[in-house]
Amino acid sequence: MKAANRIRVFEWLVTLPSFAWLLILFIIPALLVFAITFKPSTPFGGIGEGWTLDTLRTLSNPNYPAIIWRTIWLSVATTALCILLATPMGYYMARISPARRSLVLLLVILPFWTSFLVRIFAWKVLLHPEGMLKQLLVFIGLCAPDTSLLYNAGAVLLVMVYTELPFAILPIYAASEKFDFRLIEAAKDLGATSFRAFRSVFLPGIRVGLLTAFLMVFIPSLGSYVIPDIVGGPTSEMIGNKIAQRTFVDRNLPHAAGLSALLTLTVLVPMVVIISLRRTGAVNRALIEEGV
Amino acid sequence: MRPSRVPMVVTWLVIAFFYIPIVILVANSFNSSRFGGSWESTSLKWYIRLMGESDIWNALTNTLIIATIATLASMILGTTAAFALHRFAGSRLQRLHYSVIYTPLVLPEILMGLSMLLFFVELKVQLGLVTITIAHITFCVSYVAMTVLARLQDFDFTIVEASQDLGAGWWTTFWRVLLPMLAPGILAGGLLAFTLSIDDFVISFFVAGPGSTTLPIKIYSMIKYGAPPLINALSTILLVVTFLAVTISHYLTHRGRQTA
Repeated sequence: MKAANRIRVFEWLVTLPSFAWLLILFIIPALLVFAITFKPSTPFGGIGEGWTLDTLRTLSNPNYPAIIWRTIWLSVATTALCILLATPMGYYMARISPARRSLVLLLVILPFWTSFLVRIFAWKVLLHPEGMLKQLLVFIGLCAPDTSLLYNAGAVLLVMVYTELPFAILPIYAASEKFDFRLIEAAKDLGATSFRAFRSVFLPGIRVGLLTAFLMVFIPSLGSYVIPDIVGGPTSEMIGNKIAQRTFVDRNLPHAAGLSALLTLTVLVPMVVIISLRRTGAVNRALIEEGV
Repeated sequence: MRPSRVPMVVTWLVIAFFYIPIVILVANSFNSSRFGGSWESTSLKWYIRLMGESDIWNALTNTLIIATIATLASMILGTTAAFALHRFAGSRLQRLHYSVIYTPLVLPEILMGLSMLLFFVELKVQLGLVTITIAHITFCVSYVAMTVLARLQDFDFTIVEASQDLGAGWWTTFWRVLLPMLAPGILAGGLLAFTLSIDDFVISFFVAGPGSTTLPIKIYSMIKYGAPPLINALSTILLVVTFLAVTISHYLTHRGRQTA
């Protein structure tokens, strides 16, 4: 009995530092977002006393449904494109020689480690009206000299795919690497075409990787803010832009909190899927290992 | 049957897609023209101009101070967390603990940034380097914990028992056996934390105060309001540093794995 108690005390002792830190600085602030949604704002940009439903009323502003809708479709499109590109990559990377695989893996990981802002800026330079891509497209007659490649939803989507792709490639590759490719040979011996074998044998075989890729891309995409801010325009704003505007431009913190609460609820749905996926945490571990 | 070439073609096209913007950015940093559209002449003038920008150097100093403290603190908190998660796996407390560690990894950064800003405003804490450091420790803990946890899965705990059977106390076992064996995992987690801290913009931007500009915040304001050629040069320096560091560590770890 005494030994069991000592072990229990030891468990609390090693759990407490991280648990208490995250409880105070992560869980409590997250709950605070919901509470502050019902607080009034002060003229000096602070948070007032008492309770109010003002923020909830402003959330019914007709601009918001359009922004929320755009946030969701841009995130869905980003996720779909990332998975579409990452799946054949995972397949290819799992089948090549170790030396070449190591090189491809390095080429995939390098942009993932590179400064996020630098990568977005690189696209701003490329898509700039005086940039190389625009001049090339005008030269070969694919676009008119006065069309803008920047500041629209297409540019936002392109750069979102660019920054999120490694998060789809790594879990799909990790799952493909464990896949037994003899199953594909078996399917082909039994008369399946290459495509049929890919669709009916390979895809179900790497479903945990596909699901992880979906969550790793979809959830952060919903909270995008820097990309639409730099390469997007007023017609391609996402909910993250509104949160930042309320925080930095209008300095209306309860309003920003209300929007964040809304975003949290949107994110919560796929998040519940993660918690149930947790039992198969091997994929996440593989992802982090490959990241390092 | 001949294997399909589609996966190979997609892979190399995606890799080209990854590197084309980066290559053009680097090339432009040596272009003396103000706008990248035309090539005037090859020059290092933006690099020389960069040397004189004291704001950038101050921002870099802030970033390095924050990253160093956040890395050390999150290495300690993350390692104890991973140890608890592994050693007591399955207990109710650890299941809760795991959720609390895991959630920050997937939650959009903007939610973490705003929630911490509200927390500091409510507590009337002065925003600045201290609040940024606290925020960085908070998101780095999860990454270190997950990295160390992954290494712990392959850890042979009979070695710990052997050490104790041979008469070593807990303290000796911890310092002489456990810690040296976990060191590669802890260092890998620390490296990840350091990189994430140096690169973080969103969370830092929300909890920054006057006079606590970090390098990403400085780069952001340069992108938004000004000097493109200078950012080209600065970006190129950052790219070279990360590319070298990642390539070296990639080949070191992969060679290590092959011989192991």
